[in-house]
Amino acid sequence: MNDPAGAPALSEIAIKPLKHVNGAAHRWVAFIVMVAFFALAPTFIYPVFLMKVMCFALFACAFNLLLGYVGLLSFGHAMFLGIAGYAAAYVAKEGLNIEAIRLGTIHIPLNIALPPFTPELAILTGVLAAAILGYVAGLLAIRRQGIYFAMITLALAQMVYFFCLQAPFTGGEDGIQAVPRGKLFGVIDLSDVKAMYATVFVIFIGGFLVIFRIIHSPFGQVMKAIRENEPRATSLGYDTDRYKLIAFVLSATLAGLAGATNALVFQLAALNAVHWTMSGEVVLMTLVGGLGTVFGPVVGVLAVLGMENYLAQLGAWVTIVQGAIFVICVLTFRRGIVGELARWIKKPL
Amino acid sequence: MSEVFGIPTQALFGQLLIGLINGSFYALLSLGLAVIFGLLNIINFAHGAQYMMGAFCAWFLLNKLGLSYWWALLLAPLIVGATGVVIERLMLSRLYKLDHLYGFLLTFGLALMIQGLFRHEFGSTGLPYSIPSALEGGQNLGFMFLPNYRAWVIVSSLIVCLGTWFMIEKTKLGSYLRAATENRELVQAFGINTPRMITLTYGFGVALAAFAGVMAAPIYSVSPLMGADLIIVVFAVVVIGGMGSIMGSIVTGFVLGLAEGLTKVFYPEASNVVIFVIMAIVLMIKPAGLFGAEK
Repeated sequence: MNDPAGAPALSEIAIKPLKHVNGAAHRWVAFIVMVAFFALAPTFIYPVFLMKVMCFALFACAFNLLLGYVGLLSFGHAMFLGIAGYAAAYVAKEGLNIEAIRLGTIHIPLNIALPPFTPELAILTGVLAAAILGYVAGLLAIRRQGIYFAMITLALAQMVYFFCLQAPFTGGEDGIQAVPRGKLFGVIDLSDVKAMYATVFVIFIGGFLVIFRIIHSPFGQVMKAIRENEPRATSLGYDTDRYKLIAFVLSATLAGLAGATNALVFQLAALNAVHWTMSGEVVLMTLVGGLGTVFGPVVGVLAVLGMENYLAQLGAWVTIVQGAIFVICVLTFRRGIVGELARWIKKPL
Repeated sequence: MSEVFGIPTQALFGQLLIGLINGSFYALLSLGLAVIFGLLNIINFAHGAQYMMGAFCAWFLLNKLGLSYWWALLLAPLIVGATGVVIERLMLSRLYKLDHLYGFLLTFGLALMIQGLFRHEFGSTGLPYSIPSALEGGQNLGFMFLPNYRAWVIVSSLIVCLGTWFMIEKTKLGSYLRAATENRELVQAFGINTPRMITLTYGFGVALAAFAGVMAAPIYSVSPLMGADLIIVVFAVVVIGGMGSIMGSIVTGFVLGLAEGLTKVFYPEASNVVIFVIMAIVLMIKPAGLFGAEK
């Protein structure tokens, strides 16, 4: 990230460390505003749209954990969103039936036959799948830095895309449709919109608080040190590769949580969630909202999804407008909405 | 009919030919990316879109102006290269002092815009572009049938690749370019107009993409998204080769095209992903890439 030619690190543009911060009261105010918004909004905004917003907000926050706080641009984050969606949708619909594993001539009988999973277990399965994929992809991707990291994650995600296109259990072009939402803990029926909304709300706020906690933990401080100056972090004795890998897996896991929840909300796991356009979209959302700000991704998701909803009937124009926003943001609006706001009130958000 | 490893030779050589054709495009595109990255430190995500623009340019020249394939081969790279020069002057030049990732994001946005505009105008289905009459037909080589146009694509892209290599490695202009890649400020201090050199380099890289696009027009149909997935494969090619060497990107491009062709013969299910798998293996063994040096 920091090359000798003197190109400033990402952080210096987006999130110049602000002067002395007194307490965190303004953050709590912002947090309460956000919680209040999502608690009250379903009365005047279509709840399914809001559930989508919350899933993507969690996705974007997870992505921002990596780009905004470790300085790693993953251009393949859709693979975690998508694979978690597929895993959750599959076990929620079909359960898990594995008679045996065949490795060449070796035959290991397993006789696993589980009925369709309850929603919480389905989500857990999705999260687990994303975490495992995150570990494997992370091991490969952290071997290169900067722009190569972005290209590698993009290529790995494309590989996952082709896997999902061809694998027998993903339904190919059709995806997995009509996924039952089921009963949460076997009790709460999620086919009721209110119950589903409350579940998504709890998952989103929970995930958001986890990310907030990570950023402000000693581990988060090391992440930021790596972002600012990796060689120096190494010389201080931190095993930076290990930190980067852990951050990558955490980000993938939380993205998986978003993907699994999203699949249950829409009762669908489909290819568009693994496609590279989705990876680009989450970059756009985070950029619009503000890289390396806690609340930026949430605002960015609202802005981008709102725009897409508004332009949906115009077909190709959605892509054109997305591209234009990318260009404008990179050229003139690198701090994003929340970044500019934070600069204005002179406090980090 | 003879067989190799239980595969009819006809099928084997047929797939190898397709592999070489794909390899030609990988080589041309990764070469352009490497030239641009060397001097601008930017990965040009719009490369796939500019490849598509080259193909559309050829289609326009033929259908609106009646200019043949041969004119397109000359004019399309110039026209698309000129749009590249404008993009560099208006946008990319503002980003050199920032993190490299911003250049990546900007060109990604440009790619979305360009592809979106073409899709809006022409829809997603392809437009046909016929093979120039001089290159119709083919040769029977005894063990396989070789269409003339495909032979032409392989030979001419090899020539363009090697010409580019010669220009960069063996001429005076190329030596300025290599010097500026090492240390831009120092070269400027010797009185060379590096900003102009950077602009022209970007234009040249883009022109290479457009050239590949014209060559591809008669083989694949001309469609707005023809470069979108291709560019991701080319990124993997670039990661495998490492962008340190010009010859490296040419060789890697052709070899990976062949590897893909062979996979299609022996294990077709994996042909989409074989390049990504090779990338993963190379990253484990030699993270800097086959021809790259860790900076």
